[in-house]
Amino acid sequence: MNAVTNRCAVITGIGIVAPGAIGVKPFWELLVAGRTATRAITAFDPEPYRSRIAAECDFDASAEGLTPRQIRRMDRATQFAVVAAREGIEDSGIDREALDGSRIGVVIGSAVGCTTSLENEYAVVSDGGRRWLVDHTSAVPHLFDYFVPSSIAAEVAHDRIAAEGPVSLVSTGCTSGLDAVGRAADLIAEGTADVMVAGATEAPISPITVACFDAIKATSPDNDRPAEASRPFDRTRRGFVLGEGSAVFVLEEREHARRRGAEVYAEITGFASRCNAFHMTGLRPDGREMAEAIRVALATARTEPSTIDYVNAHGSGTKQNDRHETAAFKASLGEHAYRTPVSSIKSMIGHSLGAIGSLEIAACALAIRHDVVPPTANLREPDPECDLDYVPLEARSLPVDNVLTVGSGFGGFQSAMVLSGPDARGRAAA
Amino acid sequence: MNADTVITGMGLLAPTGLGHDEHWKNVLSGASAIGPVTRFDAERYPSRLAGEVTDFVPEEHLPSRLLPQTDHMTRMALVASDWAFADAEFDPALLPEYGVGVVTAASAGGFEFGHRELQNLWGRGPEYVSAYQSFAWFYAVNTGQVSIRHGLRGPAGALVTEQAGGLDALGEARRQLRRGQPMVLTGAVDGSPCPWGWVAQLSTARMSRESDPALAYRPFDAEAAGYVPGEGGALLVLESEEAARARGARRRYGRMAGYAATFDPPPGSGRPANLARAVRAALDDAELRPEEIDVVFADASGTPEEDAVEADALRSLFGPHGVPVTAPKTMTGRLSAGGPAVDVATALLALREGVIPPTVHVSRPLPDHTLDLVTTPRRARLATALILARGHGGFNSALVVTGPR
Repeated sequence: MNAVTNRCAVITGIGIVAPGAIGVKPFWELLVAGRTATRAITAFDPEPYRSRIAAECDFDASAEGLTPRQIRRMDRATQFAVVAAREGIEDSGIDREALDGSRIGVVIGSAVGCTTSLENEYAVVSDGGRRWLVDHTSAVPHLFDYFVPSSIAAEVAHDRIAAEGPVSLVSTGCTSGLDAVGRAADLIAEGTADVMVAGATEAPISPITVACFDAIKATSPDNDRPAEASRPFDRTRRGFVLGEGSAVFVLEEREHARRRGAEVYAEITGFASRCNAFHMTGLRPDGREMAEAIRVALATARTEPSTIDYVNAHGSGTKQNDRHETAAFKASLGEHAYRTPVSSIKSMIGHSLGAIGSLEIAACALAIRHDVVPPTANLREPDPECDLDYVPLEARSLPVDNVLTVGSGFGGFQSAMVLSGPDARGRAAA
Repeated sequence: MNADTVITGMGLLAPTGLGHDEHWKNVLSGASAIGPVTRFDAERYPSRLAGEVTDFVPEEHLPSRLLPQTDHMTRMALVASDWAFADAEFDPALLPEYGVGVVTAASAGGFEFGHRELQNLWGRGPEYVSAYQSFAWFYAVNTGQVSIRHGLRGPAGALVTEQAGGLDALGEARRQLRRGQPMVLTGAVDGSPCPWGWVAQLSTARMSRESDPALAYRPFDAEAAGYVPGEGGALLVLESEEAARARGARRRYGRMAGYAATFDPPPGSGRPANLARAVRAALDDAELRPEEIDVVFADASGTPEEDAVEADALRSLFGPHGVPVTAPKTMTGRLSAGGPAVDVATALLALREGVIPPTVHVSRPLPDHTLDLVTTPRRARLATALILARGHGGFNSALVVTGPR
């Protein structure tokens, strides 16, 4: 809550495009079942690459309601975001006609924007890399929209929600999905907007992205067993598995939601980001800056570590990340780090870079709604250096009111968000 | 509620100059830096002019280990960050651990770098892709690299709203200050002319195809025919007045008094553009009336339809010929997100010097625009300036600065 305005943001709608699950319902079913959606790459021939696996979305843009024109114009990441936003808006039950467009904004997060279309067009303009054709007209006429990914936010804003307030794309690498929602919540809290359509999207499964992670051996080379390749916190983990997808929310000012009788998933009670100023891809082993982000997020939420019922980890499955993060939890949550369940849904849906933070917020909101914590799939051999309760293999039922979710990204970004369910206040008072 | 946000330092690299002193001298004398593209062979493209930062030699400013891992625009951003802190007489090492944040805007990231790696991948094979590609091209690169260079561990952000990002970054930085952050380095350095980026910009059909540098970018002119792209930008040190006073900062370029952003309805909807509404909201935020604005730094698109939208917005707010309007970016070209950041710096210098820098090359301003377009340097008592920026696709941002008190 903003101390000056007394305003705060609540989630009233969720929309999902995820590997193995288009839509909120199948997404939650997949997570609770502990099912993995990682597989051999089908988007292109992955034969020349070190890592040939990914968590892909079986996404049919036409079946999802996009017109042929929209499909031609929009990058896959944009298509995901527009479809997820439509589901989120419908889920919220908001009546657009009753709203003032100038009080509605959009924030979409994405780490690499329209990279797939950019690469496809590069291949056209360069004749498959053989020679540079000077004829620019050989590329699509809307190439500039791929070049500058604010086009993704613009498409969402121009679609169903018809936003005329602040619209932006947040691009802070793999924390984009957390930071976009954090920014949107701030815009509501400070009074700039009453409704924000906010979330993140990514469709990075293209040769250049696969190659750039190959080059630094960040992605898993477990090509022979794709379903078990994403193994956060497991001793045998070998890197992350690239994913794709989108989660988009309707955020509303709490009173705005109450007045129209909207059903609230959760309130965004705390958010903070810090930078490690250490290395573009490396992490300090002590998790210092992530711990600080968590502390500030908890302080903003005016709550104590002991109230946290569930921690949604970044849990990418790289050697360094999982240790870094475990250290950060211990440093910020103290003894409670050992008591609270921690899990990584990247074990099931891979790591969709900028989108994953929003997909994880969705998992947190649904955990609060259903009082169930999703598991960490594939965690069979615990890493002695990662000694918390990572909810291996099976989902767990427990009362979930306050949730912490974190993200860590290239560029040194460390973000943390606290979400609180509608019952959280009652429980704290009891 | 608005604690004062002050600008205490600036680092600027623009086609018009390395550093704000040289830039100011050149814009005041109307010395346009638009010329033929030299960074690649543009001979066969329909547009061949750019505003390049020609005398920037990265090796003179940066350690050699940073060069292979950075795009040209990131190198400029790193140097801009050095200059901004030096100008603020501030050493980041003296800070509380999380005291300084960084928020930058980007438009296409380190695209020249990215283009080279696409060539390596498609022309030679995956094993030839640089180990730095995973971060040298992406949109957050300047924020990450600048934070590492100076040990800045506060809140970090990166926004993309095309040109408007140069103002939106400052808006986000001010939000951090209001949440108690003492200092944020913010702005944008952008735009690497490279063949692939050139093709992408040509696709908009808004780039000028004129070959004479004096005729190519003439916003608000009867013969306006598009824009000339450029490279560069500015990073600014924003502080709460309280923090600036606490550290004994000697200089204030001015205050960031107001800011707002709006978005346009879809083309063809019949609803009006929202640029004027962004300005009104920024003025409200600054608690100023239109008649209290002394000069406007225009977005100055250079395409006739967009120029008309901006002229209409200014007329509706200030009346015909109601406020001096200028576009020094006619000397640099449009620098993507970097452009509006440079405009903020130029506006602050104008307030300090009491001179409105000119718009060049506009010999026949369209009378219908009813703008008081400043085409030669004009002395004036300047206490406030309004800066406008629009991003491709419907983004409108407005920012108000006031002079030091």
